[in-house]
Amino acid sequence: MFEGLSERLSGVFDRLTRQGALSEADVATALREVRVALLEADVSLPVARDFIAKVQEKATGQAVTKSVTPGQQVVKIVNDELTAMLAGDDAEAGRLRVDSPPAPILMVGLQGSGKTTTTAKIAKRLTEREGKRVLMASLDVNRPAAMEQLGILGMRTGVDVLPIVKGQDPIAIARRAKQQATMGGYDVYLLDTAGRLHIDQELMAQVESVRDVAKPHETLLVVDGLTGQDAVNVATEFDGRIGVTGVVLTRMDGDGRGGAALSMRAVTGKPIKFVATGEKLDALEEFHPARIAGRILGM
Amino acid sequence: EHGRVLDDAMLNELEELLISADMGVETAMRVAAAMAEGRFGKRLDATEIKSALAAEVARILAPVARPLPLYGKKPQVVLVVGVNGSGKTTTIGKLASQLKGAGKSVVIAAGDTFRAAAVEQLQIWGDRAGVPVMVAPEGSDPASLAFEAMGRAERDAADILLIDTAGRLQNRADLMAELEKIVRVIRKKDPEAPHNTLLVLDATTGQNALSQVDIFRRIAAVSGLVMTKLDGTAKGGVLVALADRFGLPIHAIGVGEQIDDLAPFDPEEFAAALTGLDSRM
Ligand SMILES: Nc1nc2c(ncn2[C@@H]2O[C@H](COP(=O)(O)OP(=O)(O)OP(=O)(O)O)[C@@H](O)[C@H]2O)c(=O)[nH]1
Ligand SMILES: Nc1nc2c(ncn2[C@@H]2O[C@H](COP(=O)(O)OP(=O)(O)OP(=O)(O)O)[C@@H](O)[C@H]2O)c(=O)[nH]1
Ligand SMILES: [K+]
Ligand SMILES: [Mg+2]
Ligand SMILES: [Mg+2]
Repeated sequence: MFEGLSERLSGVFDRLTRQGALSEADVATALREVRVALLEADVSLPVARDFIAKVQEKATGQAVTKSVTPGQQVVKIVNDELTAMLAGDDAEAGRLRVDSPPAPILMVGLQGSGKTTTTAKIAKRLTEREGKRVLMASLDVNRPAAMEQLGILGMRTGVDVLPIVKGQDPIAIARRAKQQATMGGYDVYLLDTAGRLHIDQELMAQVESVRDVAKPHETLLVVDGLTGQDAVNVATEFDGRIGVTGVVLTRMDGDGRGGAALSMRAVTGKPIKFVATGEKLDALEEFHPARIAGRILGM
Repeated sequence: EHGRVLDDAMLNELEELLISADMGVETAMRVAAAMAEGRFGKRLDATEIKSALAAEVARILAPVARPLPLYGKKPQVVLVVGVNGSGKTTTIGKLASQLKGAGKSVVIAAGDTFRAAAVEQLQIWGDRAGVPVMVAPEGSDPASLAFEAMGRAERDAADILLIDTAGRLQNRADLMAELEKIVRVIRKKDPEAPHNTLLVLDATTGQNALSQVDIFRRIAAVSGLVMTKLDGTAKGGVLVALADRFGLPIHAIGVGEQIDDLAPFDPEEFAAALTGLDSRM
C-alpha cells in the first residue's frame, strides 16, 4: 500500500545527471515527494512542513557525491536529519529519573493508548533491571474494571499494587499512593490515570491536581504509535497543561509507519523514552531513532 | 469585494485542510479537485468553500451511511473485532443498551479471554445495559466460548448475540488465525453466521486504518464499520478514503465513554465537522 521514499525519489531523479550540485529546483522536486512520504506515514502536517523547510536549507547547493545519484543523496540528507530530530540532544533520553525515593511517575494519555499496560511494563523493568522496589496505583475511577486490570497485571509481574478503596477520587488515591510509597520504603511509585481527551477541561484539570499532589519526577505521555494527524493536538495540550517529561509510543509492533514519533518529538521537545511492541509485559524497548526514521520513510 | 479566487494556492490549502483531517494525500487531492470542478477561477467566501467541500465529502459518504441491519434470524450473531484499545468492548456495551431499548433480547459473549480484566469490564457493561454476559475463564479458547454462546442464545431464544473479541493488530498472523478460527467455529453452528462482523476503528488512528480494514476484511469478512472517539479533535477523515476504496457500511460512531454515546453515522454532520463548517470560520 505504501511506497518507500527511495522508490518515490528514484522515479523523480531518473532524468537527472549524476554530476554537480543539487539545484534548488532538484531539491524542491524531491521534497515534494518527501512531504508525501511523511504525510502518508502520519507525520502531522505542521511538523512535516517545518521539517521540509529545514531539509530544504541543508540540501540546496550540496555537491552530489560521485558515488551516489541525486535521489540517494536527498534520501540520505532526509534520513540523517530525521534521525537527528528524533534523537534530540538529550543524553538521558532512555533513562527515567527515579533516583530520589520514592520517585513518582505519572502516566497520562488518551483513552486506550496503552497507559495501564505500559505502567506494568515499566514497573516490571525497573524491578528486574534496576532492582527497584516499585508500587503501582490505579487512579482510574472511570473505565469499568480499570483498577482490577492493574491489579491483575501486578500479580502477573509480582509488583505491588496499592489496595483498591472504592469511592476515593483520583487526588485522594494519589495522596494515599504517595504515603504508602514513603512509609513502605518504595523506590518508585507509578500512577496510572484514566484515559482522557486533551480537550476535556474537567479531566485535564483533575490530572493537573494529581500532578500537584504527586510532583512527579517523570510524566510520561503514552501515545498510540498508529496515531494520525491528531498527534500534534494531543502533544500540544498534554504538554501544555501537565508538562510531560517523556513519551512512550505503543503498538509499534503493528505495521503503522509511526509518524506520530516525529510529531511528538517536534511538539513537546521531550525524548521518546520507550517503544512498546506488544501486549506481553516484557514488550518494551528502548527508542532507536534511526530505526524509526527508516520506518517513517518506508526504507 | 469578499472572498478569494479559487486558484492553485487555495486548492493547496484545501488539500491540506483535508490531510489534517486524516484523509490521506491521495484522497485529499481527489476530493479537493472534485470540489474545484466548475468553481476554479471563481471568487468564493469561506462559507461557500467549506460548504462545497463538505458537500463533496458527504456525497462520497452518503452511500455507506447505513445502520446495523437487523434480520429476522434468531439469534443474529454480531462479531466485534479490531485492533487493541479501539473501543470494541465499550461499543458492545452501548450497542447492547440500544438494542435492548429497541425491544430486542440480547446476549453478550465475553470473547476476550486474553486481556487482564476484559471480562470484568464487559460484565459491568452488561449490568449497565441490563443484558446477560456469558464468560469463560481467562486463557480459555475464545472460539469454544463463541460456540457455547450460540447454543445459549438459541436456547434463550435471544434476538441478538454480541461477541466481543480480544484486540489484535492486523499484522499479527497468529492472532488473525485465531480470529479466523472463531469465525469458522461460529459457522459450524450456523453457516450464515456471523451475520454481521463489525470492525471498530479509533478516530485517532491515521492511515493505518486502511491496512486494518483491508486485512480484517479478508480474514473475518467484515460487514460494517464503527468509528469511536469522534468526541475528540480527531476528524476521522480516513473514513472517506475507506468509503472510496472498500465501500463498507459505516453503522455508527462513538462520541464518548457513556452508555448513550453511540450515534448514527450522519454523513452531513461528519462532513461539516471534518471541513470545519460546523465551527467558527
Ligand atoms: N499490540 C499491542 N497492544 C498493546 C500495546 N500496549 C498496549 N496494548 C493493548 O492495548 C489495549 C489497551 O491498553 P491499556 O493499557 O488498557 O490502555 P489504557 O491507555 O490504559 O486504556 P484506558 O485506561 O481505557 O484509557 C490492550 O488490549 C493492551 O493489551 C502494544 O505495545 N502493542
Ligand atoms: N472518548 C471516547 N472514549 C471511548 C470511546 N469508545 C471507547 N472509549 C474509551 O476507549 C478506551 C478503550 O475502550 P475499550 O472498549 O476497552 O476498547 P477495546 O477495543 O475493547 O480494547 P481491548 O479489548 O483492550 O482491545 C476506554 O477507556 C473507553 O472508555 C468513544 O467513543 N469516545
Ligand atoms: K471530532
Ligand atoms: Mg488504563
Ligand atoms: Mg475489549
